[in-house]
Amino acid sequence: MKYAFSFLVVIALIMIAWAGSYIPGLSYLFGVVFPYVAFFAFLILFVRKVINWAKSPVPFSIQTTCGQGKSLDFIKHNKLEAPDTTMQVVARMFLEIVLFRSLFRNTHSELHEGPKITYESSKWLWLFAIIFHYSFAVVVIRHMRLFLNPVPFPIEFLEFWDGLWQIGAPTWYMTTVGLPVGAALLFARRIYNPKVRVISLVNDYFPLVLIFFIAVTGILMRFVFRVDIVSVKELTVGLASFHPTIGDGIGPIFYIHVFLVCVLLVYFPMSKLMHMGGVFMSPTRNMKNNSRAVRHINPWNPDIKPHSYAGYEDEFREFMVENGIPVEKPLEAAPAAKEEE
Amino acid sequence: MAVPKLEQLSKSVVQGPSMATGAIPTQNWMDIPVVFKAGNYAYPAKKEKVEYLNSQKGLSFPNAREWSPEDDDWKLPENWKEIIIDGLKERLDKFRSLKIFMDCCVRCGACADKCHFFLGTGDPKNMPVLRAELLRSVYRQEYSLASKILGKMAGAREMTVGVLKEWFMYSYQCTECRRCSVFCPYGIDTAEVTMMLRELLHLVGVGINWILEPASNSNRTGNHMGLQPHTFKDNVEFLLDDVENLTGIRPNISFNRKGAEVLFITPSADVFAEPGLYTAMGYMILFEAIGLDYTWSTYASEGGNFGLFTNNETMKKLNAKMYAEAKRLGVKYIIGGECGHMWRVLHQYMDTMNGPADFLEVPVSPVTGTVFENAASTKMVHISEFTADLIKHGKLKLDKSRNSHIKATFHDSCNPARAMGLLDEPRYILDHVVDWVEMPENTIREQTFCCGSGTGLNTDEIMELRMRSGLPRANAVKYVKEKFDVNMLSCVCAIDRATLTSLMNYWNPGMMVCGVSELVGNAIVQEGENRPELEDGLRTML
Repeated sequence: MKYAFSFLVVIALIMIAWAGSYIPGLSYLFGVVFPYVAFFAFLILFVRKVINWAKSPVPFSIQTTCGQGKSLDFIKHNKLEAPDTTMQVVARMFLEIVLFRSLFRNTHSELHEGPKITYESSKWLWLFAIIFHYSFAVVVIRHMRLFLNPVPFPIEFLEFWDGLWQIGAPTWYMTTVGLPVGAALLFARRIYNPKVRVISLVNDYFPLVLIFFIAVTGILMRFVFRVDIVSVKELTVGLASFHPTIGDGIGPIFYIHVFLVCVLLVYFPMSKLMHMGGVFMSPTRNMKNNSRAVRHINPWNPDIKPHSYAGYEDEFREFMVENGIPVEKPLEAAPAAKEEE
Repeated sequence: MAVPKLEQLSKSVVQGPSMATGAIPTQNWMDIPVVFKAGNYAYPAKKEKVEYLNSQKGLSFPNAREWSPEDDDWKLPENWKEIIIDGLKERLDKFRSLKIFMDCCVRCGACADKCHFFLGTGDPKNMPVLRAELLRSVYRQEYSLASKILGKMAGAREMTVGVLKEWFMYSYQCTECRRCSVFCPYGIDTAEVTMMLRELLHLVGVGINWILEPASNSNRTGNHMGLQPHTFKDNVEFLLDDVENLTGIRPNISFNRKGAEVLFITPSADVFAEPGLYTAMGYMILFEAIGLDYTWSTYASEGGNFGLFTNNETMKKLNAKMYAEAKRLGVKYIIGGECGHMWRVLHQYMDTMNGPADFLEVPVSPVTGTVFENAASTKMVHISEFTADLIKHGKLKLDKSRNSHIKATFHDSCNPARAMGLLDEPRYILDHVVDWVEMPENTIREQTFCCGSGTGLNTDEIMELRMRSGLPRANAVKYVKEKFDVNMLSCVCAIDRATLTSLMNYWNPGMMVCGVSELVGNAIVQEGENRPELEDGLRTML
């Protein structure tokens, strides 16, 4: 139901763009207006979300330590899993963000007769996620060639390696395959794994379906319904330099592709896809484990005093004196007044 | 609410129609209401305890009343919903973690089978991700228009009494052990989520007695057990007699003594009941052996802090006694005994809440001269750090053979492991005092499994739940018991010493539980001692 709904929505979006591309005059809307609106909406909403997060303080030092903390000099400190310095935090975050360190740890547990519980390493999710995210990143970077003239060397370098196997003409990049396959694998996992299926929402299926179709329409444009690449580049470079012109030879498939990307851009900052920004700001990962060595400040630290010693002694003085526990005020001189609660 | 027989529960865990064994719920989880019945909830807080806490400066515990989770009407304040929604907003503004954790979860499911409550109960709502969705669904309703329009399909729902009851059920089926946060690609920590849920529930007068009674005891008498100063002193001195009987040396101790070099604070459970008592004896033997100039305090006689399981205000108020007492007595620094959640508060919260402790000095071991740089600001040292340093410098005369009746394994307590990184200090100590082996690798160190009864859930009325949630830990112990003839489960946590004892009695009868300091105390050879052969170490009945 939830995934069917996602498909329906994406198909409806495709139909809208397809129909739109046939209505004279609307090509400007789909080729120029929507991309601008989507791009700036993405930027503004993304930044707004990050600012919104940043506005809330981090009152306590809540790092999750996944290894030995810094302690005595003969106890080996695990610098990556319980970082003590900023550099060590950066290294930990690098592993997390670039290599998906925590997912790599994943295990699968099973209950057997006995009862007996077993834990096995399970790297499927890590693998699917790596395929998907790296393909997506490379595809996005490769697309930058459309907005830049001349194409910078790093992009050409990336294209060279991505197309190293030189299969087909035009070349099938590895990531051309990786992106839709990665999305499909992650989608299939949501359906196949009962635990994940139970927790999955439209919010989980929709972006996968959307990205899958973005990849597919891109592939169709490159290999099947060829569009005039010169006109496309004219438009995209025009967009980047704020002088967009729509030439001939741009078929409906282009508008469909671009429209889906526009939807993704607007949807992104309002959705769970913001994990892209949030992963940098997660306090359990980006804080140092030095909270006993350096005081962490809570900006809203409430003014709360303990139940005072004086109040305590007033209540129990008799017992304390009787049992030889030192007191501040001798028994006979003890005033009845209480200082605090 | 009798606990089912071992055979029965063993079968039920594996064969029951549970998510953990492959059964797939046919209904959307939002459509399955919670049902409270005897045995599946901890008793609500007594009216007078809530009233007492509410009367304390800086704390707010409204809506004290008699009520039962089994009743339809929980006697919530009329504007309860407004209180909850406003409370949520306030907390989103105060805790970045809450915002990030509400926004960033992608429901990848990596956490799903990492939770001991899920493994033991198979209840889908015990998957950490779903536990967080209980709150996230309300957050979406309030803060995401699109989700609000799409409703259930997009994981949004109205805040109702049913939702509130669900929060109560599942925020108290989480021991805030943080195992899920180790596996989460964004470090989402369910402990943060259930802490917030518990804070919100207290705003409308929903809390459990096993937490609020110790918290109010601790506020008034200085410790969770409610031991008044003379009783606390009696209890400790009673242990002195035992130590003297066993070793021929009566440790020199003092209470509330001004001018001592060190203030020693440990969970009051250590002077209250077995097997914690033996750990306390271990501390005393150790300190006597090195001639430490230290004092106990009756005012700050609690290391633990049930405020951590309540709300941040209560945590701060209870914790504040430590520095207040250290200042009053004029000690140089504080040594803390073995306890899990206590050390989360000390390591991650104390300095922030009640520091800076500029009236104390950076801790230096009086015996070895080691400066504890890692505690330079809080000025509080863990007993395992202190002991490991003594051993490293050869300042303790240890006879490992005194523990030869023991084959030990070591349970990493959740908080020292995942909120502190205290993993190898106790291991270093164990290497020198006892023959011991590790449990399987997915159940130790940062992947350690909770005893199943932390965060104030070690109450008897939910015993079946505790035995279920403790199963992953018990199962790993069983493995080393069968493979290596392990007979002692050692740990550095007072709650563990109580809860693991029940857990072992149920799943692994015959398995004993001890604190690491008990093994240290028993292995120490003291000058001038007069110690007979002690077959059961410090537990020997003479």
